[in-house]
Amino acid sequence: MYETNYHRPKTVADAAALLAKSDEAKLLAGGQTLIPTMKQRLAAPSDVIDLRHIDDLKGITETGGGGVRIGAAVTHAEVAGSETVRRLIPALASLAGEIGDPHVRHMGTIGGSIANNDPAADYPGALVGLNATVTTNKRELSADDFFTGLFETALEPDEIVTAVTFPAPEKAAYAKYPNPASRYSMTGVFAAKLADGSVRVAVTGAGEDGVFRVAEMEQALSSNWSPDAVAGVKVSSGDMLSDIHGSADYRANLVTVMAKRAVAAAG
Amino acid sequence: MGVDGIGARVKRKEDRRFITGKGKYTDDMTVPGMGYAAFVRSPHAHAKVKSIDASAALDMPGVEAVLTGDQLVGDGVGNLICGWMIHSKDGTPMKMGAWRALEPEIVRFVGQAVAVVVADTLAQARDAAEAVVVDYEELPAVVDAVAAMEPGAPQLHPEAENNLIYDWEIGDEAAVNAAFDSARHVTSMEISNNRLVPNAMEPRAALADYDEAEEHYTLWTTSQNPHVARLVLSAFYNIAPEHKLRVIAPDVGGGFGSKIYIYPEEMVCLWASKRTGRPVKWVADRTEAFLTDAHGRDHKSHAEIALDENNKITALRVKTVANLGAYMSLFSSSVPTYLYATLLSGQYDIPAIHCNVKTVYTNTTPVDAYRGAGRPEATFLVERIMETTAREIGMDPAEFRRKNFITEFPHQTPVIMCYDSGDYNASLDAAMKAADYANFGARKAEAASRGKLRGIGMSCYIEACGIAPSQAVGSLGAGVGLWESAEVRVNPVGTIEVLTGSHSHGQGHETTFAQLVADRFGVGTDTVQIVHGDTDKVQFGMGTYGSRSGAVGMSAIVKALDKVEAKAKKLAAHLMEASEGDIVVEGGEFKVAGTDKSTPFFQLALAAYTAHNMPEGMEPGLKEGAFYDPTNFTFPAGTYICEVEIDPDTGKTEVVNFVAADDFGKIINPMIVEGQVHGGLTQGIGQALLENAAYDESGQLVTASYMDYCMPRADDVPSFNLMTTETLCPGNPLGMKGCGEAGAIGSPPAVINAITDAIGNNDLEMPATPERVWRALAAARPAQAAE
Repeated sequence: MYETNYHRPKTVADAAALLAKSDEAKLLAGGQTLIPTMKQRLAAPSDVIDLRHIDDLKGITETGGGGVRIGAAVTHAEVAGSETVRRLIPALASLAGEIGDPHVRHMGTIGGSIANNDPAADYPGALVGLNATVTTNKRELSADDFFTGLFETALEPDEIVTAVTFPAPEKAAYAKYPNPASRYSMTGVFAAKLADGSVRVAVTGAGEDGVFRVAEMEQALSSNWSPDAVAGVKVSSGDMLSDIHGSADYRANLVTVMAKRAVAAAG
Repeated sequence: MGVDGIGARVKRKEDRRFITGKGKYTDDMTVPGMGYAAFVRSPHAHAKVKSIDASAALDMPGVEAVLTGDQLVGDGVGNLICGWMIHSKDGTPMKMGAWRALEPEIVRFVGQAVAVVVADTLAQARDAAEAVVVDYEELPAVVDAVAAMEPGAPQLHPEAENNLIYDWEIGDEAAVNAAFDSARHVTSMEISNNRLVPNAMEPRAALADYDEAEEHYTLWTTSQNPHVARLVLSAFYNIAPEHKLRVIAPDVGGGFGSKIYIYPEEMVCLWASKRTGRPVKWVADRTEAFLTDAHGRDHKSHAEIALDENNKITALRVKTVANLGAYMSLFSSSVPTYLYATLLSGQYDIPAIHCNVKTVYTNTTPVDAYRGAGRPEATFLVERIMETTAREIGMDPAEFRRKNFITEFPHQTPVIMCYDSGDYNASLDAAMKAADYANFGARKAEAASRGKLRGIGMSCYIEACGIAPSQAVGSLGAGVGLWESAEVRVNPVGTIEVLTGSHSHGQGHETTFAQLVADRFGVGTDTVQIVHGDTDKVQFGMGTYGSRSGAVGMSAIVKALDKVEAKAKKLAAHLMEASEGDIVVEGGEFKVAGTDKSTPFFQLALAAYTAHNMPEGMEPGLKEGAFYDPTNFTFPAGTYICEVEIDPDTGKTEVVNFVAADDFGKIINPMIVEGQVHGGLTQGIGQALLENAAYDESGQLVTASYMDYCMPRADDVPSFNLMTTETLCPGNPLGMKGCGEAGAIGSPPAVINAITDAIGNNDLEMPATPERVWRALAAARPAQAAE
C-alpha cells in the first residue's frame, strides 16, 4: 500500500468538501474493493475519506409508501438481517445475504457497492429490478439512470450516494449463479412484479456494460408470470462478458436459466 | 495399548498453540537490526535483461542496498540445481539449464527475480523495488509443453535443443508392442493432468542472519526439510560450510511439497545478510506465492491398453509430455519418471508396460512435487482408462477391475515396483458396500425425477510411499539417501524428548510420535516432547514429504526406542537382581515377570543418570539414536467411489457422496489419519472440479489470485464417508504404509468417472468446470441441450 491521507468526516457535507479538494481522493464506504486494490498497489489515492462514521448514512427505515430506505453506509449483513427488509422485500434481504462471505457482508456497504458498479456485483440487479431510487448529496436518480456502464455511474466527481429507496414489489426474487472462485455473480437475475403491475428483469454479472434489463422477458412475464414464459427467451452472447470462468455463450445460457429460477422462486 | 498409545484417537498436542494463535512461524521471528527484502520481478515471461538502473531506488529513504544477479554471480553463489539425475533413453544426461537466484541475463518466467532491495521497513523496500528500472527486450514465449517441442518454438536454454530436458523410457517396449499386435480389444485415449498451484496457508518466508565475527549464518525458513536445505545451500550454492549454517524451520503452515525445495529468495536473503551486514527478512505475499512456488502436475499423455479375449489386460502403453516450467526445480526430474511411471501398473496384474516420458522447458513457473507427486498423474491415467475400457467392452467397471486385480504378494510389476502387501478386493468390497453401489440405479432415477443427472465413478488407486531405500534411489539417480534418523533422550526425571529428522507442518507429529513413546513405556504423551526443525538440535534428517514420516521417520524412532528399552531392561535387571530376560514393561513400570518386584520408569531414568549403581561396563545416561533406511517403498492402496449430481442447465457438479476405503497398514492415530484423508480428498476434488493454473499465450498467469484460482471450500465437498481395511506392511517394524497423499492421489479419477458417467460423454478434462460439463453435455445430447 502506498502512503495516503486518511479522513474521518462526521457529515456528508464535510465528506463532499474533502472530496472536492483533491482529484486523487477516494471515498471509503466498506473498502471491500478499494482496500485490496490499494494493498496490491493498483490504486494510490492521495486521500481516503471514510464514510463509515457519518450518522446520516446509516439506518434502514420503512417509507410512507410501504418501501424501504437504506442508508448508503448500511452493510450487507444489516440488510440481510433487517426485519424491515425481510418483511417488505425478502428478495432484497436474501440477495444481500448471498454477497461474498461473512467478512465481506459485515464490512461492505450498499452505497459502496453501487458506486463502484462492478459488473459482477449483486446490488445493481436489485436496484434496477425494483426500480429503486438513488439519493445523493445533490439529487435523486432512478436506478436505470444511475448505472451507466462497466464500473461507471452517473455520479459526478464530488457527488456522494446517501441512500437507496426501494419500493416494495408485489413479488420478486433473485437467482444468482456465483463465480466458483470469487463468488461474485457470474450471472444473477432479479425478476420482479412491481406494485403497479409492471415487470422488471435485471441481469447482473453477465453483461459487458454491467447491469441490463431484458425487455423481451419483461414483456413475456407481463402477460404470463411463469418460468415457461422466459424459458424460450435468449439474450445475445454478443453483449456478454467472457473470461476464463465462463464464455459469452455460457453466460447467455445462464441468463435464461437464472431468469426461469428467479421467476419460479418469486412464486 | 494405553490411553495415549498406538491406535488411540489422541487430540493433537500442537493444536493448543495453533488454535490460540500462539504458533511461531518464520514471520513471527525478529532479530535486532533486521531489514526487509523486496524482490524486483520480471513482468515478462521471456526477455533479455538489457540493464538494471538502481540509482533512483538507492536514493530513497531507508534503502540499505539494491543487489543484482551480476553481484550474486560475482560473489560465487552457485546456480540452483536439480538433485536427481535422469538419463534419456539414448544414455545422455538430462539438460539442466542455468538457474541463478537473481537473473542477470535472460528471464524465463513471469515473477522471476532480477534484483532485491533491502530497506529498513517493508514499505520502503517495496517502494524502492518499484523504482528499480529494468530495461527488458521481450522475447517470444511458449507455455504449452507440446508446443514447446515443435520446430520454431522459442528456445529457453542453449543446453536443451527443442526445449527437451530428457526423453526417458521404462519397460519392455517390444513385449508391449507384441501384446498390442495380438490384442482382442484396445482402448486408447488422450489424458491431461491440469497444472496446480500449491497454496499452502502460510506463504514462504526467510529470515537470514549473518554473524560476521563467527562467520556463521542462521536461517529461519519455511522448510519441510531443514537439513536438506542446509546440505544443498552448503554443498551446491556455496553459501557457507554446513557447520557454519544453522537452518531452523519453526512452525510451518502447510507445504504439500512446495516447501521441500530451495528457492532463490532464501538463498538471496542469506547472501544479502552478509552483503549488507544486517539480518534480512522476506515473506512472500500471495501473488509471489502464485508466481514462484513450484507448481504441480501439468502432464499430457496418450494411453493405450490391450485386452485378451477374457478381458484380461495384456499391456499398457503410455506416452507422456511433462511440463517442468522454465527451470529444473530440486526434485522435478524424478516426479514424471520414478514417482509416476513406476505406478502405472495400478492395482492390476499387467504383464507388460512401456512408458515414454518427455520433459520440456516452457516459460512458466517451475514444476515439482505437489501432494502425491507423479502418483496422482499415474492414478488418473490408469483409472480413467480402466473406466473407459470397461464402458467400451460393456463390463461393469468394478468387475473389470476385480478381474484384473493383483491378488498375490509380493508382486513384481514390469515397472520396477515390487508390491509387498495388500488386499484390493477387500477395499473394493468395503467401498461398494458403503456406497450402496448395487442400488445406484434407483438413486439415478430419483435424481432424474428432480431434473438432475446422477453418476457414479470409482478409482482403485495404489501409490508408493515411505521413500525410500537409499541404495535403490541412488541407483535411479537420486543425489541423496532417503533414510531417517531419530534420537530418544530420556531425562533424569523420566520425561522424554524425541529428536526427529522428520518435520511437521500440519501432520501432527508432536502427537503421533509421542504416542509411539507412550505405547512403549506406558507413560503419558504429556511427558514426551518432540523436537524437530532445527539443524542445531536434531542430529540429521531428510525431512517430510512422500508420506514418509510414518513409515520411515517413525521406524527410526522405533529403532531408537528399542535401544533405550534394551539398556533400561539391562539396568532394571541389575537393580532388581533379576535376569534381563525376565524384565517386562507394564504401565510405566519395569517389572520382573512372575514377581512383585518393579521399578517405575522415572526411577530407572534417575538411576541411569546418577550412575551410582550400574552394571559392569554400562555407560551412564539413557539416550540412544538410530538411523533407519527402508528396505522397500510402502504401498497404500484403496478404493474411492464418488457419486455426483449434475445440473444440466448450468453444468454444475455437486459431489453428493464420497466413499473412501483405504489400506494404510497400521494406523497410529485414526483421527489424524482421517484429517489427512479429508484434506487429500478435498485437494483431489479441487483438482477435478475447480483448480487450474492457466497461462495466456504471452506467459502471464491469469489465475494468480483467489479471484480467479478456485480453491475448494467446505461447501464444495460432501461429508466424507471414510473407512479403512488393513494389511500390514511387512517392510517396517510398525507395519505402516502412509496416508498423507492418498486422498489427493485417488480422488480425481473417481470424480471424473462419475461425471462422465452422468453426462454420457467421456471427453472431459480437469477441472470439470460447469461450462466444460455443460458443453460436454451439449455435445453428447445435442437435442436436449438445444431445448
